[in-house]
Amino acid sequence: MAKYLLLKHYRGAPAAVNDVPMEQWTPDEISAHMQYMRDFATRLEGTGEYVDGQALAPGGTFVRYDGEGRPPVTDGPFAETKDLIAGWMVIDVDSYERAVELAGELSAAPGAGGKPIHEWLELRPFLAEPPTITE
Amino acid sequence: MDEALLRSLTPGVLTALVRRGADFAAAEDAVQDALVEAVRVWPADPPRDAKGWLVTVAWRKFLDAARADTARRRREDLVDEEPAPGPAPAVDDTLQLYFLCAHPSLTPSSAVALTLRAVGGLTTRQIARAYLVPEATMAQRISRAKRTVSGARLDRPGDVATVLRVLYLVFNEGYSGDVDLAAEAIRLTRQLATAIDHPEVAGLLALMLLHHARRAARTAPDGSLVPLAEQDRRRWDTRAIAEGVAILQAALARDRLGEFQAQAAVAALHADAPTAGETDWVQIVEWYDELARLTDSPVVRLNRAVAVGEADGARAGLAELAELDSSLPRYAAVAAYLHERAGDLITAARLYAEAAKKATDLLERDHLTRQAARLHTLLDAHRHG
Repeated sequence: MAKYLLLKHYRGAPAAVNDVPMEQWTPDEISAHMQYMRDFATRLEGTGEYVDGQALAPGGTFVRYDGEGRPPVTDGPFAETKDLIAGWMVIDVDSYERAVELAGELSAAPGAGGKPIHEWLELRPFLAEPPTITE
Repeated sequence: MDEALLRSLTPGVLTALVRRGADFAAAEDAVQDALVEAVRVWPADPPRDAKGWLVTVAWRKFLDAARADTARRRREDLVDEEPAPGPAPAVDDTLQLYFLCAHPSLTPSSAVALTLRAVGGLTTRQIARAYLVPEATMAQRISRAKRTVSGARLDRPGDVATVLRVLYLVFNEGYSGDVDLAAEAIRLTRQLATAIDHPEVAGLLALMLLHHARRAARTAPDGSLVPLAEQDRRRWDTRAIAEGVAILQAALARDRLGEFQAQAAVAALHADAPTAGETDWVQIVEWYDELARLTDSPVVRLNRAVAVGEADGARAGLAELAELDSSLPRYAAVAAYLHERAGDLITAARLYAEAAKKATDLLERDHLTRQAARLHTLLDAHRHG
């Protein structure tokens, strides 16, 4: 098994096909979207492939150490051009192909007009623990 | 086996061990071990005297641990360097235990964890799952908290206000995982109310009961948030409401008003209205005036603006809002609501979207996004129709 991180972006990903902000959908379309996400996570729990999922608030700040005795330096809230993570899901699957398949499914969540969003999700493999048997 | 009954015995067992001379931290561990054993043994072999059984088993666990500890120290040849055990802290009843676990030297998160374990009898794993942190993290938080309070003197009663703040935090956490923290907070506050006669303890208990009574109506079948005005009031728990109101009335009769009693009074007025339209907003505004006098909190003034908006019209509410700092949490959500009531749907839709971006929990964010979507849909229909 290998763990993968599925990253959803507020900003920084290429534009989705069905790229309408959620507050301009109808309330029913929002409900359908939420239901799709919930069903997806529930199904992955059922197949033993779900690990974790969290949503992040959009407000973010960069912070940097600025030397002994000085308060840390902050940059932000992020400028419009900066990458901004909206949330993640961690899955534990048998193969890269399975991870791609699931990311594709998640990206097809319905959006405005009930049509799939086709949003870009970033798929990142976790660096694993070293194997016990090395030769 | 009734787990709540088992856990309600926890503080008495713990104080019994401390009275026998066990130090607080070791006694607390021993009580946890005894609770685990009770869960294992009681279903097949229930004891006649549950508390007596727990005290006996916990004391044996304490002695076993103390012996193992002494043996280990001897092996490690450290026994001479260890300071002699100090006098046992005077934790002589349940109330003192509450004070100890909410000790001002503890951070809020430590006080919450220690209270749930030492007073509530929850296991470290249950507490960890409720707060969505790894069990090892929660175990460290609790053992550090015990170390922090181990030197605390308890010869004087503590401050009830610190205990109430801890219980309020537990209640507000709601429920995630397998432990209902809101119900647990009510149980612990109820237990506190029997240990001390204090109108604010009663006020907090009433506040919790009145809010808890509405819980089933607060979420739709799909998990989304249902605002107070749209809740199906037949789903409110009338028994909890009646109990909350009775407790509150008895507390108010003593004429020592405090923050929690005033908050409970607002909740009682909502609970009292057969429909949202029949809510006594004028009285609610008066209670917010009392609250503002008691706390001078900007959050209270924000809530007051909503109440004014209902009592005297949206324009009056917006005028109140204009006096407040727009960076307050939920300011945009309140502004959106009042603008919609005032008929300005375009501004309201923009503010709802802005409020969704600032929301601090997922349910509220989704709710605010839906509000913005609802207004966009209305405006679109208007434009095209």
